[in-house]
Amino acid sequence: MKRKLRDAPAALLMLGASFTLLAVWTIYPLVRAVQTGHLSCNQTGTKCTDTGWSTYIDVFMSKQFQDALMVSIKLALMTVPAGLILGIGLAVLADKHLRGIGIFRTIFSSTIATSVAVASLVWFVLLQPEIGVLSDLFSGWIPALKQPGLLRDPNTALPAVALSSIWASLGFTFIVITAGLQSVPKELYESAYVDGAGSFRRFTNVTLPMLSPSILFITVVLTTRALQTYGEVALLTGGGPEPEKSTTTIPYLIYGRNSIIQGDIGLKSAAAVLLFLISLVFALVQFRGFERRVHYGN
Amino acid sequence: MVDGGVCASMAYGAGVAQVRLEHITKTFGEDDEKVTAVDDVSLDIADHEFMILLGPSGCGKSTLLRMVAGLEDPSEGNVTIGDRVVNDVEPKLRDIAMVFQSYALYPHKTVAANIEFPLKVRGVGKAERAEAALKAADVLGLTDYMRRKPGQLSGGQRQRVALARAIVRDPAVFLMDEPLSNLDAKLRGDTRAELVDLHRRLDSTFIYVTHDQVEAMTMGSRVAVLNAGRLEQVGTPQEVYDHPASAFVAQFIGTPPMNLLAPGAMGSSDVQVGIRPEHLLLTTGGPLHGTVRQVEHLGHEVLLLTEAESGGRLTARVAPSLDLPEVGATVSFDVAPQHLHRFDATTGVRVS
Repeated sequence: MKRKLRDAPAALLMLGASFTLLAVWTIYPLVRAVQTGHLSCNQTGTKCTDTGWSTYIDVFMSKQFQDALMVSIKLALMTVPAGLILGIGLAVLADKHLRGIGIFRTIFSSTIATSVAVASLVWFVLLQPEIGVLSDLFSGWIPALKQPGLLRDPNTALPAVALSSIWASLGFTFIVITAGLQSVPKELYESAYVDGAGSFRRFTNVTLPMLSPSILFITVVLTTRALQTYGEVALLTGGGPEPEKSTTTIPYLIYGRNSIIQGDIGLKSAAAVLLFLISLVFALVQFRGFERRVHYGN
Repeated sequence: MVDGGVCASMAYGAGVAQVRLEHITKTFGEDDEKVTAVDDVSLDIADHEFMILLGPSGCGKSTLLRMVAGLEDPSEGNVTIGDRVVNDVEPKLRDIAMVFQSYALYPHKTVAANIEFPLKVRGVGKAERAEAALKAADVLGLTDYMRRKPGQLSGGQRQRVALARAIVRDPAVFLMDEPLSNLDAKLRGDTRAELVDLHRRLDSTFIYVTHDQVEAMTMGSRVAVLNAGRLEQVGTPQEVYDHPASAFVAQFIGTPPMNLLAPGAMGSSDVQVGIRPEHLLLTTGGPLHGTVRQVEHLGHEVLLLTEAESGGRLTARVAPSLDLPEVGATVSFDVAPQHLHRFDATTGVRVS
């Protein structure tokens, strides 16, 4: 006890640095955003009044927010499972002791070093109806690639954004899953092999369960990222095509250059806080849902 | 361990299999950095035998076992199980089961599911599977833990689950790779006796890899001593102890190890003489002299660690009732001629 008290000043000092960072960069902005969300402002944003929690309810009930929420959820449903499956698939393929496998690992993980802006630009050019390589190659099968172009068709714009997003996050998924694979004890595979398990059974009985902590982590991170998608939308579609606004995600509703709530700092803050709460709920549900299926070893 | 009577009527141990290793060589790596893990080893393991592969780490004993399992392919030579050369046979068709050092249990499966797994893989029906798992669990005293996960078990219990998973399929040959080395000393002692009992009850062939000579001496019907990929000696524990085929075996088996005198200390200079500590008799005027460096009291016996006049050390095992010499005293030992082991000073091979 005495020892603990004696160490207290030093402990506070050391905690102080990270606490200050947390306070300045996380806690204060969060509190500030919650407060700002109470405000209701006029068109030009020059005059704001505190309308209390009703702003939150108004925002949440609004058609614009509901639509954007649906877009965000759809995007999550497209990117998370596909990203996970592709990431696991590539990681398992590359988890072999073969000559030159390092080249493939480097390629597969390279998108982690690619910014959203670059990734979006790459896909924007690839999908461009007039000059895009993909449009030229596959327009026979998917006419929408040329006319009007995937990003301009209200039905395909969101999947196209999802495609870019999946590609951009694949490197991250690949690296996390590869690390997970390398921590699976070799004896588990050998034991299953001696017991007669073929490669599919070894995958389902050893690989997948042993990867479950990595899979949960990736799922939560990818879902949060999907709900927070802004850059891809801003660069690829600008929230359009109009008038369906079929790619206006919640972050784009908040920040987008032609957003309907542009300029209203109160509504924007309220929407941001609501997005935070929604992300939190998703993460909690995922943790709860996975809990019984995740095995952190012994 | 559960009562033997419970399982006396059980159908385990129906498999009949001798394992024959013929001129097995295993090399790893490419031409320029080739490592020979196993070097021309031939060994016949009889049906129902408890064969111990003993040696220091890196001697090739695990590699040899893995070749019997089918986890490694021999570079040269044949592995025969029963009357079938199995070099190109998949592990699952070799009628073997393996227990790994780390137990290799599936952490996400219950004890029951772990034990059932080899049957499930083979498409055995659910009810039959559960029954077989329960029977195997009963043999190992695990029936109260069937619904637990490995993480909720002690090391000893996990080890039993691994054994239960091996016996559930009733294989002809059991392969065990240092299965006791993750247990604490007390538990290891108990489990040794249980494994011997299990072997007796299952009545099948055991091949057991260990670096622990106590396990080798106490459990094996025969012991194969390996060193640097080569087979040094095969024999019953007593044979290996009484007539070590090489200076290496002489030193590796026995605690404390056999005293090896400097070449020429007794007899000709191209012969190295070895004497077991218990065969050194403390007397006055014996042919061997040493200065006492340490006196270790073990209760039932005393070890005298001395520095031999001829160089090297001499350890003697003496009765505690003796009037023991002090540290620093000069003592002399006698040894009966039949207890002298002679090895070639250069090759280490036994010469008499």
